[in-house]
Amino acid sequence: MTDSVFLSLAQTSMFELLAPTPPGWGGNLVRGFINSIGIGVGAFALGLVIGIGGAFGKLYGGPVRRDLLQVYTTLIRAVPELVLILLIYFAVPDLINRLLETLGYGRIDVSGPMAGIVALGFVQGAYATEVLRGAILAVPQGQIEAGRAFGMNPRMLMRRITLPAMLPFAIPGLANLWLVAFKGTALLAVVGFNELTLETRQAAGTTKAYFTFFMAAGVLYLLLTLISNVLIGRVEHWARRGRQPIAESR
Amino acid sequence: MTATIMAIPRHAVTDTAAEAIHVEDLHKKFGALHVLKGVSLSARDGDVVAIIGGSGSGKSTLLRCINCLENPTSGVIRVNGEEIRLKPDGNGSTLPADRKQIERVRSRLGMVFQSFNLWTHMTLIENVIEVPVHVLGVKREMAIIEAEKLLARVGLLEKRHVYPAFLSGGQQQRGAIARALAVQPRVMLFDEPTSSLDPELIGEVLGVIGDLAREGRTMILVTHEMKFAREVATRVVFLHEGRVEEEGPPDAIFGSPKSERLQQFIRRVG
Ligand SMILES: Nc1ncnc2c1ncn2[C@@H]1O[C@H](COP(=O)(O)OP(=O)(O)O)[C@@H](O)[C@H]1O
Ligand SMILES: [Mg+2]
Repeated sequence: MTDSVFLSLAQTSMFELLAPTPPGWGGNLVRGFINSIGIGVGAFALGLVIGIGGAFGKLYGGPVRRDLLQVYTTLIRAVPELVLILLIYFAVPDLINRLLETLGYGRIDVSGPMAGIVALGFVQGAYATEVLRGAILAVPQGQIEAGRAFGMNPRMLMRRITLPAMLPFAIPGLANLWLVAFKGTALLAVVGFNELTLETRQAAGTTKAYFTFFMAAGVLYLLLTLISNVLIGRVEHWARRGRQPIAESR
Repeated sequence: MTATIMAIPRHAVTDTAAEAIHVEDLHKKFGALHVLKGVSLSARDGDVVAIIGGSGSGKSTLLRCINCLENPTSGVIRVNGEEIRLKPDGNGSTLPADRKQIERVRSRLGMVFQSFNLWTHMTLIENVIEVPVHVLGVKREMAIIEAEKLLARVGLLEKRHVYPAFLSGGQQQRGAIARALAVQPRVMLFDEPTSSLDPELIGEVLGVIGDLAREGRTMILVTHEMKFAREVATRVVFLHEGRVEEEGPPDAIFGSPKSERLQQFIRRVG
């Protein structure tokens, strides 16, 4: 009894607090959520592009390119993401602007979302390079050899054979990376970017309803994860189309 | 280093037939391992050259050098009269001088592998049209019509939308033969096409290869099926430790082998 009374009381105030229009804070939360998704998708996509280039470079590139990529993946994975974000937000623009000024150009402004995507995408790229490298190595050599034997050029080989053939091996790792990318957007709160965590903190700080707002944010993060899982499952099913289903192990 | 360059006999196929494959004094080293020690080989149009020899004698390496899956250390390779241009790689071996040439040459050689190597993310018919459509620029609809004919020919028409993983080894290898035929190859290269098959599946694959041989296709066939080689080959080449130890018409090779080693080999496998 007392439970349900408490719940109904909490719900009224909760609905008011989370209402989509002011004085409710729901709209802000959703805006933050959408910003987070946007940055997450952008960072993941950038990471994927870097990762494909990085993986092929590490596997098939010349010694110089391989060494450079090794430095990149090692450094990026060694340094905390937060430090990298601060670096890209503050240090890099500062450096660029000083350079521009000495050259006699005006200063540029680094836009929040763009810098966020670049910072997180750079980190993603290092991990994606390793995920994709592992997946490419898992492709049976004969698959690639058959492509070569029939006269495919390196680009076509990559597009028609290597990438689709490695996908089943890459998806679990890439799925992890996507979720990390999305949650990584929370770090952008420290540089004042209006993603979900910052919006939540502002709403909670103003109303003092910490529990409600952080729960709401938690639900949104969880929601996206659940939706992602469904989509990833579909993609994985499609990528594994040519494979025997895994036999039951139980 | 003594290179054994055998005279290239010409029987079974008329002298006027063009030379489809010509290999001269081919050497291949893997580091310190000298695998091919001066191999010469020739296949004219319509020839079926069977390559036999013990495991590790260099049969696969020879075949892989012909379509440049391996770069020879030295030697000359001509495909359809066109010499494959090689340049020194700086480590005493060679590299293809012209990647485009290699790709062009390869696209008209039909390679069939011991382990089939059908592309697992494509259905059977997608495998067969892949090279015609994407490498040779054939229209998709045309390629499909051709592919269906070829799949019917190897007895797999009703399996055309099946992925390789759901086919038996014999079916996969027949599919791989259809894929090779789809490029209208000047020469077909077979590397032990039945060696990874269960015994009861070997017959169906040899049947298909036998038909191709009888219709006068040019092929180089590495095989351990001695009876089959004797039946379909126009010439047999016995490779031993990276050299052509003996070669000749099948009846001579199997009926009256001259060298001690070939006699031993035939006793062992026959
Ligand atoms: N890529 C390679 N690297 C090093 N050694 C190789 C390689 N390919 C083949 N070899 C060696 O070359 C020899 C001949 O191999 P192969 O041509 O496959 O023989 P076969 O097909 O007659 O059994 C073997 O000793 C094999 O171990
Ligand atoms: Mg072999």
